[in-house]
Amino acid sequence: MAEPLISVKDLRVAFGGASGPIEVVRGISFDLGREKLGIVGESGSGKSLTGRSIMRLLPAGARLSASRIAFAGEDLQKASERRMEEIRGRGIGFIMQDPKYSLNPVVTVGEQIAEAYRLHVKASAATARERAIAMLRTVQIRDPERVFGMYPHEMSGGMGQRIMIAMMLVAEPQALIADEPTSALDVTVRLEILALLDDLVATRGLGLIFISHDLNLVRRFCDRVLIMYRGRVVEELAAGDLGQATHPYTRGLLEALPRIHARRPRLPTMQRDPNW
Amino acid sequence: MAALIEVEGLVVRYGEDADARRAVDDVSFSVQPGETFGLVGESGSGKSTILRAIAGLAPISAGTVHLGGVPLGTTRDAAFCRRCQMVFQDPYGSLHPRQTIWSQLMEPARIHRLADGEARATRALEAVGLGAVHRWRYPHQLSGGQRQRVAIARALMLDPEILLLDEPTSALDVSVQAEILNLLSDLRDRRGLTFLLVSHDLGVIAHMCARSAVMAGGVLVEEIATDDLAAGIARHPYTAKLLQASDAYGEDRPG
Repeated sequence: MAEPLISVKDLRVAFGGASGPIEVVRGISFDLGREKLGIVGESGSGKSLTGRSIMRLLPAGARLSASRIAFAGEDLQKASERRMEEIRGRGIGFIMQDPKYSLNPVVTVGEQIAEAYRLHVKASAATARERAIAMLRTVQIRDPERVFGMYPHEMSGGMGQRIMIAMMLVAEPQALIADEPTSALDVTVRLEILALLDDLVATRGLGLIFISHDLNLVRRFCDRVLIMYRGRVVEELAAGDLGQATHPYTRGLLEALPRIHARRPRLPTMQRDPNW
Repeated sequence: MAALIEVEGLVVRYGEDADARRAVDDVSFSVQPGETFGLVGESGSGKSTILRAIAGLAPISAGTVHLGGVPLGTTRDAAFCRRCQMVFQDPYGSLHPRQTIWSQLMEPARIHRLADGEARATRALEAVGLGAVHRWRYPHQLSGGQRQRVAIARALMLDPEILLLDEPTSALDVSVQAEILNLLSDLRDRRGLTFLLVSHDLGVIAHMCARSAVMAGGVLVEEIATDDLAAGIARHPYTAKLLQASDAYGEDRPG
């Protein structure tokens, strides 16, 4: 196999507690190729911290250790902060859950996309503007010239997320980390955004890490899934094989979901084993 | 059987003159005693506004709401609160951060001057699966699921007939959602409660309700039986679209 895009070995993240550090990510390892890798878990499982560790965007007080975090063969733990700024955006794009909080409210969305481009590519303002408008068209925004001059509060949730995707792709990264990119969206809008993401990942040959709490979504959308519980990967499966999951936590999650087409009088609840 | 909740031609309008928008536009439905009726739709469809209008938190611009044959006026009195209580989406926002669980449970008893407040609060905590140890805790010391249990316990304090449930599990993890939905089903069966349940999640609606109304843009586009929903039979194109979007990244379908 060729060099993986992203390689993580024995990743650990701890926060200082009153009675010693508490480890919240406890030895995660995986490689990402040009594929769609899902990381699924409930709140507190450490899935978001795993994504943020790769970008070196951890909250203050978090302590990270890993035997390896690499992007295209480059050791990210040894990278300078300046080098990381190049990698963030140009190497790996990062899409967050809620566009309302990740866009600057007082700058037009077009300027924000153009700025992301000029941060990574030497270009004139006019070229950056052209690139931004082309990118808006790529994410299927109608009338991109007009939308270029609009502010984030004038966007719907789905439009906002298209803008975020445009901003992340304009610097042409090789990998994308998307942290719950569709969780704040309505189901019909979610469908459109996922189709767009799927198409862009396929045509550009990107590697995608898709972080989500939604097991059903991930199994339909991704190629491979890691299931996280309390800082560990409890099971790894090809997305299509999730129905044959063997770990009781994975099974419990699947069973606990209310179903539209197969109603049950009660939802099975989980008995959590402290040894998981 | 006479309907317990009867909504007829309900309109909720915000804004003046040219700016006026109808958040709820001429909506009618009725709910039988003991039934769980669902309101499903996407953001901005008006589903929550209907609950808020019934609870007196949104203005009823036109139309009528009857509870057990009694028309609701512009304000809600104490008698209304004893019949009908609401549970909100966000258990982080709907509890007072600086009051103990016990004090928040006792508030309805204080307002309604109930002599047996403490006995009721003890029963309510038990009914939602919380123990005496939780009495003196503050909301920040509880998990999201426990907080939602407290919110449900508070709604049960006055022994209401009707619970208005506004996305009661959308802020919760799926494993916790399963526990809360089971709890709600148990309470409904044991106490003969009537639920009006708002959710954006067709799975939750199908699990809890026998019948529901599909909302879009303030309009009730279709009333659908869950059996039809489960079979994928939708008459209105919007319902079909919603169902298709939910199925595209949803559960495995048998067969």
